Amino acid sequence: MRYLPLTEQDRAEMLGAIGVASVDDLFVDVPARARLPGLIEGLPLHAGEMAVERHMKGLAAKNLAADSAPFFLGAGAYRHHVPATVDHLIQRGEFLTAYTPYQPEIAQGTLQVLFEFQTQVARLFGTDIANASMYDGSTACWEAIGMAARITRRSRAVLCAGLHPHYVSQIQTMARFTGDTIETRAPTLEAQPDKSGLIDSIDEETSCVVVQYPDTLGRIPDLAAIADAAHENGALLIAVVTEPVALGLLEAPGNLGADIVVGEGQSLGVGLQFGGPYLGLFGCREKFVRQMPGRICGQTVDADGKRGFVLTLSTREQHIRREKATSNICTNSGLCALAFSIHMSLLGGEGLARLARRNHARAQAMVARLGAVSGVTCLNTAYFNEVTLILPADARETVRKLADRKVLGGVSLGRLFPHAPTLHNGLLVTATELTTDADIEALATGLAEVLA
Amino acid sequence: MNAPNPSGWRPSVGSGEPGNTGSSPTVSGDRGLTLEEPLSFEIGDSAKCGVDIEAPEAEPLASISAFLRKDAPQLPGLTEPECIRHYTRLSRQNYGIDLGPFPLGSCTMKHNPRLNEKVARLPGFADVHPLQPQSTVPGALEVIEQLADWLIALTGMHAVAMSPKAGAHGELCGLLAIRAAHDANGETRRIVLVPESAHGTNPATAAFAGYKVESIPATEEGRVDFDALKKRLGPDVAGVMITNPNTCGLFEPEMKAIGDAVHAVGGYVYCDGANFNAIVGKVRPGDLGIDAMHINLHKTFSTPHGGGGPGSGPVVLSEALAPFAPIPFVRRDDNGALRLIEEGETGDAAPLSFGRMTAFHGQMGMFTRALAYILSHGADGLRQVAEDAVLNANYVLRSCEDVLSAPFGNAGPCMHEALFSDTGLAEGFSTLDIAKGLIDEGFHPMTVYFPLVVKGAMLVEPTETESKLGLDRFIASLRSLAERARKGDESLHAAPVYAPRRRLDETQAARKPVLVWREEEG
Amino acid sequence: MSRYFTPDHEWIEIEGETGTVGISDYAQSQLGDITFVELAQADTDLSKGDAACVVESVKAASDVYAPVSGKVTQANEGLEDQPELVNGDAQGAGWLFRLAIADAGELESLMDQTAYDAYVAGL
Repeated sequence: MRYLPLTEQDRAEMLGAIGVASVDDLFVDVPARARLPGLIEGLPLHAGEMAVERHMKGLAAKNLAADSAPFFLGAGAYRHHVPATVDHLIQRGEFLTAYTPYQPEIAQGTLQVLFEFQTQVARLFGTDIANASMYDGSTACWEAIGMAARITRRSRAVLCAGLHPHYVSQIQTMARFTGDTIETRAPTLEAQPDKSGLIDSIDEETSCVVVQYPDTLGRIPDLAAIADAAHENGALLIAVVTEPVALGLLEAPGNLGADIVVGEGQSLGVGLQFGGPYLGLFGCREKFVRQMPGRICGQTVDADGKRGFVLTLSTREQHIRREKATSNICTNSGLCALAFSIHMSLLGGEGLARLARRNHARAQAMVARLGAVSGVTCLNTAYFNEVTLILPADARETVRKLADRKVLGGVSLGRLFPHAPTLHNGLLVTATELTTDADIEALATGLAEVLA
Repeated sequence: MNAPNPSGWRPSVGSGEPGNTGSSPTVSGDRGLTLEEPLSFEIGDSAKCGVDIEAPEAEPLASISAFLRKDAPQLPGLTEPECIRHYTRLSRQNYGIDLGPFPLGSCTMKHNPRLNEKVARLPGFADVHPLQPQSTVPGALEVIEQLADWLIALTGMHAVAMSPKAGAHGELCGLLAIRAAHDANGETRRIVLVPESAHGTNPATAAFAGYKVESIPATEEGRVDFDALKKRLGPDVAGVMITNPNTCGLFEPEMKAIGDAVHAVGGYVYCDGANFNAIVGKVRPGDLGIDAMHINLHKTFSTPHGGGGPGSGPVVLSEALAPFAPIPFVRRDDNGALRLIEEGETGDAAPLSFGRMTAFHGQMGMFTRALAYILSHGADGLRQVAEDAVLNANYVLRSCEDVLSAPFGNAGPCMHEALFSDTGLAEGFSTLDIAKGLIDEGFHPMTVYFPLVVKGAMLVEPTETESKLGLDRFIASLRSLAERARKGDESLHAAPVYAPRRRLDETQAARKPVLVWREEEG
Repeated sequence: MSRYFTPDHEWIEIEGETGTVGISDYAQSQLGDITFVELAQADTDLSKGDAACVVESVKAASDVYAPVSGKVTQANEGLEDQPELVNGDAQGAGWLFRLAIADAGELESLMDQTAYDAYVAGL
């Protein structure tokens, strides 16, 4: 077995040194009836690298990779170009095979990266501070709601109708157990998100308003007005960003009054990966730092006075506070944070702005062409790189037929909102810097054929 | 002392006061291959970019003019050569398994096979969107199914929930399933019992899931006090959370009896499976009467820890809890085709599911790596993994117990980790000194001050991927440090002196938190 | 003026109807460098033994309990910026909060300085 360094002679010598006759003597604490006498039946034996690679390649080959078809999916996971540098660097063993930096003297690499990452996220979001990452955008969103409840000592969260339905679903799961009240509704097919309805549902019991920016239908909510309404009622505004590239073009939520900003960082550096691992981003006002969940890296000095970094404010966390911790989170998304941070360092703020403008321009070209397909209209008047098309037929069926033609033509609202039939003719389509004119033409042609 | 160079640039490594023992006599601040690295904000430039982006072919829509960002994010850019150098230099300030033993007890730092990295990057896995039509991702669903089948077979359980993102998220999944099961019976049980030796995530998770936590003491032999547990059991107890093998590195021999007692009062047993690597292929947790257990793919099945994540925490479930498993999951339909069960299909396929725990389907990138690891080892290799991990830990235990106090050493063999305490060290010397001394010796320290039930705990988990030669080197260093600490060798208090940094001032970091870089502080 | 101690290492000093509460010098030495004090909330009614505030070091967070029942009248806001006062002067400038005592009779169950010194010596 190529991964196991002990030889039979080593094992014999070590058993001798320990003073037992066989390895089974080391398992004496396991009751005899629970010990398996031999190998678990029905399972294959070890396999060489070549055989395993062949098996895995066979499975991979059954999937239609995004790169091998015209591709328009978004809805919380976005396909962007990831520079080769990113994947090269994250595979350096010192990053890849390190643990959570519990021994800061020999983990300054990871810690400095986290400090840089926190600064990048805070500046991107327009928040004072940020943490060292969460599992993903959806779980970060629930953590933010819990944090708002601790700060305001209230437990009623109002969700905007345009919040990603998987996020809503996850929040509802948790709220069922914690007893929090969640106000939510499915979106309607309007060009603008329902601002007044949302504001009207904020009351003096409300801990927070959760607003996705841009929202799941690609629309851009008026965060500043919602922030004012929330603050008038003593509630916090939580902004949710599922496409961080948008913040190269759109004003940062923190600058519009958001108190907590969470997001999905997958767009930068991480890749699609069929949904995970992704990267939860979490920023907030400095005064809330002791209520923030997750690991936090801070600057300090060593015994020689040299600048260095450590994990800090750990008394918020489970390994010290146990049942009183701000969250149960332990593992975060360190390597994805590294990928995000490298990609962001390559781009810089100006590069991100250019990338965002390019995405937006590509989306304009997409909307112009697809809107010309007979029977297809675009819901959005304002958007970043994702829009909702209204089709003359159920979009789920359309997506399947497009896939049969090897066109990955977007995400149907029917899949996202199965219980809202009024949305079922909606199709979410996204363009990024990777979307070519030929891709757009292929989707336009495919749509015309499928809808004919 | 750090002298400024002619351009005025100086390495941003703090005050660099003269007379500091670690100060470098060089102009650059570097010393040979010991390299300092400023923050990217101190070397980057907003005029630089390491990505060539085509010019946008259109102006932003007039309709979004009210939403436009006034200034681009204040983030400097790096060109590719600068970027590669920045992160490569930073990486050299890190210790990783690739450099040497990383014996963090209960964290399971074993070798990360590179085949697993390669297969995870195949475009058919890495470049697939989670919401693609199911007809375009049968291979992805098959990976989930194959890994699920292995996890069920290895644990002897009934079902597995694949979507939890990490161990603590898996604990949450298990507790939510328990809560949902009690709810379905119309029961409102609000107490979860957790041994005091448990990982902090256990009580935190129980509280996060809306439970009240009560602590169960440990016996002098480092195991759950079964009598105390039995006394506390009653109709208000929703369940217990037991770690097995436990955090003292010992198997809980009464696991089955504990399970029976908990079941007898209508509760469920959650097993923290963080230490499953010690028994994989040797013991099936399903034979011990547990109802739910998470499996850290990043521990037992060697997906890389990446400096703190990502993890992956699938949860195996008993027949009683399986109906409550979260969506989404993969199931074969009557025609033999794999189908993803998600919202809109739960009515017929998963009527009792407690719902969704995360967007999308879980840590696919970890599934591919874990499956490659499992297929490489096979049933025989996995059993050998457990045996070698336990053998290595006992070898360390018996090789050091004459110089380091081993609180449970007389109780018999340990499982996959050896536990020592600071008892017997000279006055003023502690576990911390041993740990920092190991850094100077070129090793990553063991887990320190955990579990809490042992004073000055040192928890050593060598894992099965350490060679005998590597262990002998580690043991020689650990013994030497133990002897120095017993004798009261003052020089140990200064350790580490050979690492990129000396001991860091954690008090200052916590009293006046500096969590982001700001120009005036640079 | 008289000062009493609890087995959990709080002290309370009585002045009329008001008690000033802190942690003992022994307690601060055990906790190590104090990095943060989560101040008690004014106007909170506490029963004897209720958690009133939290004292944090790098690796620990310790609840401080009300030595007797009463209503919090004031927290030591100076600790917000200078938590190290608890280390420097635990039984003086590092006081944590003041309390309008509800039942002076509860003081009888506490230790005086001599009894507390003996208690600590036995730990």
